[in-house]
Order: sequence, then C-alpha cells, then structure tokens
Amino acid sequence: MNKESSASSDGILKIEEVNRTYYDDDGHRVEALQKINLSVRRGEFLSIIGSSGCGKTTLLRLIAGLDQPESGRLTLNGKPITGPDPQRGYVFQQGGLFPWLTVEKNIAAGLKARGVYRQNKDLVAYFIQLVGLQDFAKSYPHQISGGMAQRVAIARALINNPDVLLLDEPMGALDSFTRADLQDKLLELHRENKTTMLLVTHDVDEAIYLSDRIVIMTPRPGRISEILEVNLPHPRHRGGTEFLHLRRRILEKLHLASAMPPPEYTI
Amino acid sequence: MDDLPDILPARPLFPAGQKKQLPPEERRIPMKQWGVHFTLTLLGFAVAIAVNRWVKQTANVVIKTYTVAGFPLTFNTLYRLIIGGLLLFYAVSGLFSYSDPERRNKFTSRAPFRLVMGLVLAVWDILGTKLLLLPQPFFPGPAKILEPFLMEANFIWENILYSLRLFAAGFTLGVILGIGTGILIGWFPKVYYWFYPLLKMTGVIPAVAWMPFALTLFPTPFSAAVFLIVICGWFSIASLTAQGIQSTPKALFEVARTLGAKTPYLVFRVAIPQAMPEIFTGIANANGFAFTTLVMAEMMGQPGGLGYYINLSKVWSAYYKVFAAILVMAILFSLIMKIIGLVRARVLRWQKGWVKE
Repeated sequence: MNKESSASSDGILKIEEVNRTYYDDDGHRVEALQKINLSVRRGEFLSIIGSSGCGKTTLLRLIAGLDQPESGRLTLNGKPITGPDPQRGYVFQQGGLFPWLTVEKNIAAGLKARGVYRQNKDLVAYFIQLVGLQDFAKSYPHQISGGMAQRVAIARALINNPDVLLLDEPMGALDSFTRADLQDKLLELHRENKTTMLLVTHDVDEAIYLSDRIVIMTPRPGRISEILEVNLPHPRHRGGTEFLHLRRRILEKLHLASAMPPPEYTI
Repeated sequence: MDDLPDILPARPLFPAGQKKQLPPEERRIPMKQWGVHFTLTLLGFAVAIAVNRWVKQTANVVIKTYTVAGFPLTFNTLYRLIIGGLLLFYAVSGLFSYSDPERRNKFTSRAPFRLVMGLVLAVWDILGTKLLLLPQPFFPGPAKILEPFLMEANFIWENILYSLRLFAAGFTLGVILGIGTGILIGWFPKVYYWFYPLLKMTGVIPAVAWMPFALTLFPTPFSAAVFLIVICGWFSIASLTAQGIQSTPKALFEVARTLGAKTPYLVFRVAIPQAMPEIFTGIANANGFAFTTLVMAEMMGQPGGLGYYINLSKVWSAYYKVFAAILVMAILFSLIMKIIGLVRARVLRWQKGWVKE
C-alpha cells in the first residue's frame, strides 16, 4: 500500500475517459459507461462491484478487447488495447470450457491457441496440480462440478502467463461452500503468481475478502462512484469489525445509488 | 448377430473415480432363471436343426452336392452347419455370461427372441423346403437360400466387393464434400447467402432422379453411380454441418480469442468439434439414403454389385438368389451402421448423454 502515491504513474492498466453506449431493444440509448477513469496497479487484486446494469461486465469486456469503446483510451503497459490477447486472460461467468476436451486438454488449449504447446507441454501438469485437479485430468467438463470447472477456466487463462487476469463473476453460480473454497484458491494463486487480478462481482463480502481495492460502480449512466482501499491483512475474517464496517459502507453506497431506502443493518 | 444396427454407443463410459454400478439386487437374474433362458436359447436352434435333418422332403427334387475344400456339402448341410455354429456361439457366450450379473441380464433378456428365431426358421423350413407349401419359386426355404453361396460363391463375392467399392467411393466423397461445403456455408455468411438456397432446393430431390443425367454425363457407370451416392450424402451432411457450425455459442469463440486463438483455431478447434454431433446425425442420415441409392443404381445399369445380382437372378426366376443377396445386404449394411455407430460413440464420448449415469 506504500505505492499509493505513485498509483497513477505505476498503473499497468490504464482506462482514460472511456465511454460506451448502446441501444436497447426499444431503441433507447443506454449509457453503459460514462467517463470511466481507472488505473490498475501491477500485482494488485482489484474488484469492481455494482448492481446489475452498472456496466461492470461491459468494462471488463472492453479491457479484454472483446468490445470497443465509443471514446477514450485503454492501455496495458502503455500499449493501446485493440483486441483480445492472451496477455489479458479472461474467465467467463460459466467457465466457458470446451465440452469436447478433457480437463487436461482444456488447460492445454490456452497454449495450443497461441501455437506454443510443444515448447511448454510440461506447464499443463503444473497448472493441473496448481488448481488441485490431478484426479480429474481425464474427465470431461460435464463430469466435474461447477467449482472445478471454474478452476479449470482459471488455470487455462493463467497458463498463458497473463499480465492481467480478468474474472467475470466466476463464482456467481456456485454454492457458498464451493465459493469460499474458490476464493481462497484465488488468493493463493494471486500470492504465488503475483498476477494482477480484476474481479467483477456483485457480492460485497467476496470483494472485501479478496481485494486490495474495490471500485464501486453505479448504473444509469454506468459510472465509478468510489474507489475504496482495503487495508486488512490476509487471511481476512469475515466477521471482523473492520470487515463489517467496510461492508456497511459499500452497501450504503450501492443502495443510495439505486435510490432505495437503506435497510437496517444489525451488526 | 443379435444386435440390431444401432447408432447408440455400445460401451458406457465412466468418469474417473466413479465405480461401475451393478443393477440393483432385485433386478438381477437368479441362477435358476438363467438356466431356463440358456436352455430356451439353445432349444430354438436345436429344433431348427432337427427339423432340417429329420423331416422328410416330400417333393421330388434333386438336392445337388457341392464340394467345398474337399468336403461334400448340400445346402441343407450348410444350413445345419450355420445354425449349429450359432448354437455353439450362444452356448459359449451364455456360459461366459454366467459369472457376470450384468452380462447375465443381457443374455437372458434376449433368450425369448432367440427361441422364436429358431422356431420361425424351423416352420419356414417345413413350409418352404420340406412340404413346398409356400408359392414356389417365390418363397424358397431358409436352407435353399444358402445354395447360391455353394453354387457361385466367387460370383457373389465379386458383386459384394463391387458394391462395397461403390459405397466406399461414393460415401467417402459425399462425407468429405458435405463436411467441406457445410463448413463454408456455416462459416461464411456470403457463401450461406448464395449457396444455402441451392442446397435446400436440390437437397429434397431424391438422388435417383439424377440418374438419366448421371448416366449420360459420366464416362463409366461406376462413376455415374458414385455421383448419385455423393449427391445423396452431400445434402444431409452439408446442411447439418452448416447448422452445427452456426449454432456455436458466441462465448466459446470469445473464450478462444482471449486465449490468443486466430481464425484457423476458431474454425478447426472450436466450430467443428462443436458441430460434431450434428455432423454425425448428417452422416447417419446420409448412410441410409446411400444404401437405397446404391442398390437402385446397381439395379438400373451397373455391371456388378448386389443390386445387379438381384436383377440378374430375377430374370431367371431364381428367387432364392434374390433372398441370398438380401441376406448379404442385411448383414453388410448392419455392419457398416455398426462401424459408423462405434466411430460416433468414440468421437462424441465427451457428450453428456453418452455416459450412463
């Protein structure tokens, strides 16, 4: 956290004045993102949180290069983002595994897609080990659980050694035990690989538990309303005073944004 | 032999770490019941043999004896040999199934069918060969049908090979062409725009309608018949391949692109594997059409093949030969279906439905 002062200059990923609009089915103009400015530091774990429709997934897709902004600039290591690239690994909501490939081959697909499989064959076994799926290497995606599928998707993206790993609600569809388990796995991977991670989520606890910083977004138009530092040591205790304090702050912010009376929180 | 040609996989696949499940206790066949079914299976065939051996032939027909590899054989002895072979086969596989509950279940469940099969053969033998009660020469007995294999085995074999060659050439080309154009139509919107209507219109025309055209356009009857088989395979494979390619979820392409994939990877490693189930549906459909077209083409102007053999025999009113050819087709086409089914089960083993759960 001592890099805070030099945050803007130290940013590995920079988003400057980005706007993105689209038209919905009725032809109404929707401001998905308005004037987004964000600088992501090297090696940090950053979460983007907000209610649905706040543009958080749109923002992640812009960073991945799967979508283009109307105006503004996105750069990674000073180079403009023009399209998808394995430098920016992406983990989709439902994992997006290739159903016709085994766990092992799905992970190897990360290398094969780039055409560097032969030189890096040994990495596959390492990453299977890393996400703890040794016993399921030969299983097909429909034979493993949702949590395992997400681990495979994460390993598949990490095997390309990305500068940034983009995670689009990877734990959204998991039950709470699997979710907690995967969260710890993510922290472990983050600690070991030092990969910069960007997580889109609507789960406040998850954001606090994992992140170094939390970006709070509000909808219509999609904007960044606040960026919070989380200065808690790991492992974080979900019932700790500071944890709950942060939680309340974020929830209030989110509820104010949706113009609803904040519910009462009992701590 | 007892398997109907099915497209479904023969072998269930079990995920790693999961154990093969035995049928629940109450569904297992007890030993005693197995014994009854075992006897029934053998009984049917035994009756068929006994009828053939000991029921007297009333009509005064000379039964010719052929010499095969030094042994004298009539069609009756050949018939008994084959039924005896079946009997032996089921006796061995029955005994073999005894120790395994799952196999025992399978064996017993098919026993009544085998019994009836044997009895039907026996009755048919009596009506067709022994008493000549069925209108002759249109309905010869089961033993008589085997005579062509003694009489002109080489000639039949030649015709089988001709049919197989024709099928292999036509079907392989049809599959390659069908998948090829299917990919182009499915992948490139321009190609889809211009060629899909053409495919849709020509696709509904039965391949044999092209026959006059094919016979004049192609230099040899063989190439004309290949053309017809290609046509009938091409349509169903191409349209289903195109559908499969187009149905690829956008997310899978995005996944691949974020991993660094370029267009060739997207086509060959994402779209095509994704379309495999549809491609195989197309191939299975095309296969059925191909058999029909093959036999039709052979019956209408080929210098060989099983269809040609049927036509030739019909002219001489040798209906037992027609039945012989039909028997060969039944076995041959079932085998081809079976092979395609096995390849399909192997290629699509990643699909959910293929796993017994």
